[in-house]
Amino acid sequence: MPVVTYISQDGAINEIEVTSGSSVMQGAVDNMIDGIVAECGGSCSCATCHCFVDEAWVEKIPPASEMEKDMLECVLEPQENSRLSCQIKVTDELDGLVVRLPESQF
Amino acid sequence: MTKSCCVIIGASHAGGQLAVSLRQEGWDQKILVIGDEPYLPYNRPPLSKTFLSGEKHVEDLLIRPEAQYEKVDIDFMLGQEVSRIDRTNNLVILDNDTDISYSSLALTTGARVRKLDLPGADLKGVLYLRDISNAEQIQPYIAPGKKAVIVGGGYIGLETAAMLRKLGLEVTVLETADRVLNRVTAPEMSAFYTRIHEEEGVRIVTGAGVTGFAGYNRVREVLCGDSDPFPADLVIIGVGVIPNTELAEEAGLDVDNGICVDGQCRTSDPDIVAAGDCTNHYNAFYQCRLRLESVQNAMDQARVAAATLCGKSNAYNALPWFWSDQYDLKLQIAGLSNGYDEVVLRGDPGAGRKFSAFYFKNDQVIAVDAVNSPQEFMVGKQIISKSLAVDKVMLEDTSVPIKSLLTNA
Repeated sequence: MPVVTYISQDGAINEIEVTSGSSVMQGAVDNMIDGIVAECGGSCSCATCHCFVDEAWVEKIPPASEMEKDMLECVLEPQENSRLSCQIKVTDELDGLVVRLPESQF
Repeated sequence: MTKSCCVIIGASHAGGQLAVSLRQEGWDQKILVIGDEPYLPYNRPPLSKTFLSGEKHVEDLLIRPEAQYEKVDIDFMLGQEVSRIDRTNNLVILDNDTDISYSSLALTTGARVRKLDLPGADLKGVLYLRDISNAEQIQPYIAPGKKAVIVGGGYIGLETAAMLRKLGLEVTVLETADRVLNRVTAPEMSAFYTRIHEEEGVRIVTGAGVTGFAGYNRVREVLCGDSDPFPADLVIIGVGVIPNTELAEEAGLDVDNGICVDGQCRTSDPDIVAAGDCTNHYNAFYQCRLRLESVQNAMDQARVAAATLCGKSNAYNALPWFWSDQYDLKLQIAGLSNGYDEVVLRGDPGAGRKFSAFYFKNDQVIAVDAVNSPQEFMVGKQIISKSLAVDKVMLEDTSVPIKSLLTNA
């Protein structure tokens, strides 16, 4: 099963097995990782699942849709490598993916 | 000595979140969540969208899988009704007469559909949509060419209409008021949604008061007084919900359009909290008490309630927000528009599928309805929650980026 690493602002590192086909957001929610809120349950409507994708992985993830990009521009402190984690589908090719979590989703 | 136990009555969005938040807040005693459905907490919004279409299945709807609750020792009793609460003895009495002792109690009982008590309402094919079993009852009726009549032009009605139309049914929406979404939006929004649905081939009939259902064994027509009846193979009624307050009321707690709670989600008994669709609470933005039917309210109140049970004192003061997906339209709503005195439109609701409506009261933005306009939604939330002043001319001008209204405020 692919492993996704979530690094929180306080330095906590969680290496989580996430089922292929599930989302990076769901992996965090399932494992009660503070830092991902996911109010809308993954429908790209709330931007509270914001994460920063590690540079090494940015190009390996399918690009964001226009809707996601619009939402991302309005999150707290958006960066070049910002993504909404509910829109990142985990696959075997993404085994080893590393994401950093923002200090706050609000 | 009995080990401390927090019992949570209700296992949907609020109940599930409350249990998880208790652990996150440091509650290390037993947690038992009792739900009357046979499912772990699941996402309700997809029921009128991707679950109805069969794109998602029950396992996909679960907010968290069973294994995750086991990891953190959250216990569930599912498919179990509660008969009453004995506050004197700190007991929850189940409908099989078993008693469960609690040291802390949370009520997250949600709401149930308002039913239409009309002739023919018990015919096969006259259905509601609130939970998985409802959706599973609807699914066998879905086939291209079948006639579906949706009673109620609110969000549930319109979302269901959109999904059934996508699946090839002939769809008619019957709304008693003079426009759809009349309780919650401005006329411009109602007109927009009517236009889109009609473009997609749905028939919208307003001023239509349903008086009954006709058929032999299964429904064949929806009756509207003296008007021509509407042929139907399937009827879905979506005319609102009623908060499940009976347990609270019978236990002597204050109830008034929901279980009354304070800013920390405490009921009139300070040892009992409540969260979600079932509560009536004070909203500081709008300075009134209200009851909200939304995922956001359920989750945010659940977090506050859990903190309260752990001896903390967070206040619930989140800005209400809501979303609805129909066809290729993403509607995101920030705030509550009741009582508005002016609407400023950004974009044209008469053409295309992207625009937003900013609701003002005394020149302050109190709510935003954003259709396929996520930036207007996100910026709108900031404007409302920070009571920022907004230049209406700039707002109306779509060549001005919406984010610049934040820097100019």
